Amino acid sequence: MSRLQVVSGKGGTGKTTVAAALALALATEGKRTLLVEVEGRQGIAQLFETEALPYEERKIAVAPGGGEVYALAIDPELALLDYLQMFYKLGSAGRALKKLGAIDFATTIAPGLRDVLLTGKACEAVRRKDKSGRFAYDYVVMDAPPTGRITRFLNVNDEVAGLAKIGPIHNQAQAVMRVLKSPETAVHLVALLEEMPVQETVDGIAELRSARLPVGRIIVNMVRPEVLDAADLELVRTVPRSTVARSLSSAGLGGARRGGHAERLVDPLLTQAEEYAERYALEHEQRAVLTELGLPLHELPLFAEGMDLAGLYELARELREQGVS
Amino acid sequence: MSRPDPAHTHDPARHHLAPARVLDVDPLLQDPKTRIVVCCGSGGVGKTTTAAALGLRAAERGRKVVVLTIDPARRLAQSMGIDSLDNTPRRVKGIDDSAGGELHAMMLDMKRTFDEIVEAHADPERAAAILNNPFYQSLSAGFAGTQEYMAMEKLGQLRARDEWDLIIVDTPPSRSALDFLDAPKRLGSFLDGRLIRLLTAPAKLGGRAGMKFLNVGMSMMTGTLGKLLGGQLLKDVQTFVSAMDTTFGGFRTRADATYKLLQAPGTAFLVVAAPERDALREAAYFVERLAAEDMPLAGLVLNRVHGSGADRLSAERALAAAENLEDSRIVDQEGGKAGLRNSPDTYGSSDSPTHETPAPAAAEASDGGSPAEDDAEHAERSVDQLTAGLLRLHADRMQLLSREQRTRDRFTALHPEVAVTEVAALPGDVHDLAGLRDIGDRLAADERELPAASALPGATRPPEEDTRPEASA
Repeated sequence: MSRLQVVSGKGGTGKTTVAAALALALATEGKRTLLVEVEGRQGIAQLFETEALPYEERKIAVAPGGGEVYALAIDPELALLDYLQMFYKLGSAGRALKKLGAIDFATTIAPGLRDVLLTGKACEAVRRKDKSGRFAYDYVVMDAPPTGRITRFLNVNDEVAGLAKIGPIHNQAQAVMRVLKSPETAVHLVALLEEMPVQETVDGIAELRSARLPVGRIIVNMVRPEVLDAADLELVRTVPRSTVARSLSSAGLGGARRGGHAERLVDPLLTQAEEYAERYALEHEQRAVLTELGLPLHELPLFAEGMDLAGLYELARELREQGVS
Repeated sequence: MSRPDPAHTHDPARHHLAPARVLDVDPLLQDPKTRIVVCCGSGGVGKTTTAAALGLRAAERGRKVVVLTIDPARRLAQSMGIDSLDNTPRRVKGIDDSAGGELHAMMLDMKRTFDEIVEAHADPERAAAILNNPFYQSLSAGFAGTQEYMAMEKLGQLRARDEWDLIIVDTPPSRSALDFLDAPKRLGSFLDGRLIRLLTAPAKLGGRAGMKFLNVGMSMMTGTLGKLLGGQLLKDVQTFVSAMDTTFGGFRTRADATYKLLQAPGTAFLVVAAPERDALREAAYFVERLAAEDMPLAGLVLNRVHGSGADRLSAERALAAAENLEDSRIVDQEGGKAGLRNSPDTYGSSDSPTHETPAPAAAEASDGGSPAEDDAEHAERSVDQLTAGLLRLHADRMQLLSREQRTRDRFTALHPEVAVTEVAALPGDVHDLAGLRDIGDRLAADERELPAASALPGATRPPEEDTRPEASA
């Protein structure tokens, strides 16, 4: 199983939530995972209900069974300073660079540089070993940029090649690409059973494949529970209204006669069922499109009341049961 | 029945707060003084669809409209006949032009727009030099903020042509709605900034006394950056900035000019949101920001609002009634069917026993009575089962309604001054002009005139005892 797990998806599909649940799911039986955030949104801190994360690896959760989840919010500026420190021993000059805004300048004029620093840090964590020669983290899970930008983001080599043709950044990019294009890495895409997110997933996979980046799983998030099944929906189209009215009445919702309270509920309830049927058909279509891609497909339930820490553990359990870890 | 009437047992939360001001989009769209409408909001709330629907509605009411979209879903773009990215407005066919209006639509191609600026402002030789500059290529293709900058630029160009009565702009799908206002200035000040000037023109500094110390710092810095990025890159930036400077007159100045256009009379902002916590929080930030910048806010478009034609039946009562029906069935059938219903195995598999209705085997299994009576009894049971499902569906809907209402009330409490129009949720996506027209009708309708589901298509049902062989699929 790949040790670097990259999670992308269309905006609004719950990428961060899925990445966090995956990090929890992978931290089984004493394993240790690192959850990495690269977009400076502090989404992980919000999700785990803690204060904003500094640029430092810290433990944020304990998984059932004793595993540990660490988190890191990578700041490209600090990563660049780190990096300069490592190679050039800059000392106070580094601080001066920061003060003058040169770091901002460097990461801004070369957008690829920023990406190399972010992916570079994640790859470093993947390869890091402790004194006993054991990997520092069993898995690194990255909450990555959205599908529209993921290939560009991971394909740092091409990005940087046009700008920095030689030098340490160029070498760093090469080293990063060796990890990203190897089986050490898997890129998962989060989707919803809606037309646009599914289309983006299909396009995203094609892009990743043409860049020879390893595609992992498709995770369908926020799947609504099935309230009415296909047989019910068939019956909705043919059932006599009066029998539904009688049924409502027998459940204690008023009179079944024309104009009775139960009778007046029939039309609106059947209308809602028709709307449900339309969405149900749409979801089946989208599920079929995703199935055709031939990748491992997982589904996670919708939490109607919104996501919280308990929900996150629930999703992690779900992922584990579906054999993701 | 001695039970209380469900119509009197529930007092929906939606009537607790005084209604917000209602946004009436028709006077806004029809007023000849309205020249620009900007639709903004966070990603995924239906901004592009709203922009397109407003454009169509204004055009069918006699105005000459252009809709500038940034990144439309393929099928939405096709519905307006703009499936190619050529960066120029195209006439949309198939609209009702009896009022003398026209609808044009275009998709923004940010690289093309940037290239056009260069080509328009530089002589061919210089333009070629800029277009081939690697730094320019990286900047125009993917720099954070370029899309916002170019959307503003394009808006300025369209307005300057004065060919249209009304320009409707969709804003880029940024992480934050505020990016639309911030990014152009940020890009402008970065490119016009002191640092970039110092770095790219160090020679100019030499003569000035007192700059010597800084100059030392600078050369150390350019040295380090040069080592890191390769000297070529800094040189590319230097060439690019000086070339753009002489031909273009400054990025910042240009961004400022478009910014002023947004503050001018005739511009109206519509903040688009969905009744979800994050989207409305974002909308509130944006409303505050517009006020701080003296930009005219017309109101809030709240998309995908759910309703129910039976909103007097509460979720709790619906659930209790559903349990009632399911309990009696479990007693009768010893749980056979009820057990299967929630099992994931039956999901979508049409050959599972649950789906065979009516099942002769089940009729035989029940004891006593003629087969005909059993069939009737069985049919009644499946109706009970269906009714329980309908009630559960309704309970879900009512819970959704009250969540939406809570988030909406929070927004209204913070910003009672903002006029709101609600757009009822559609079960599917919009793919054609009819769909856009429908959204336009929903945008213009006062929600209080159209209570919930009765406004939805397909809500009118055939009369009593009709078995409805065909439903609206």
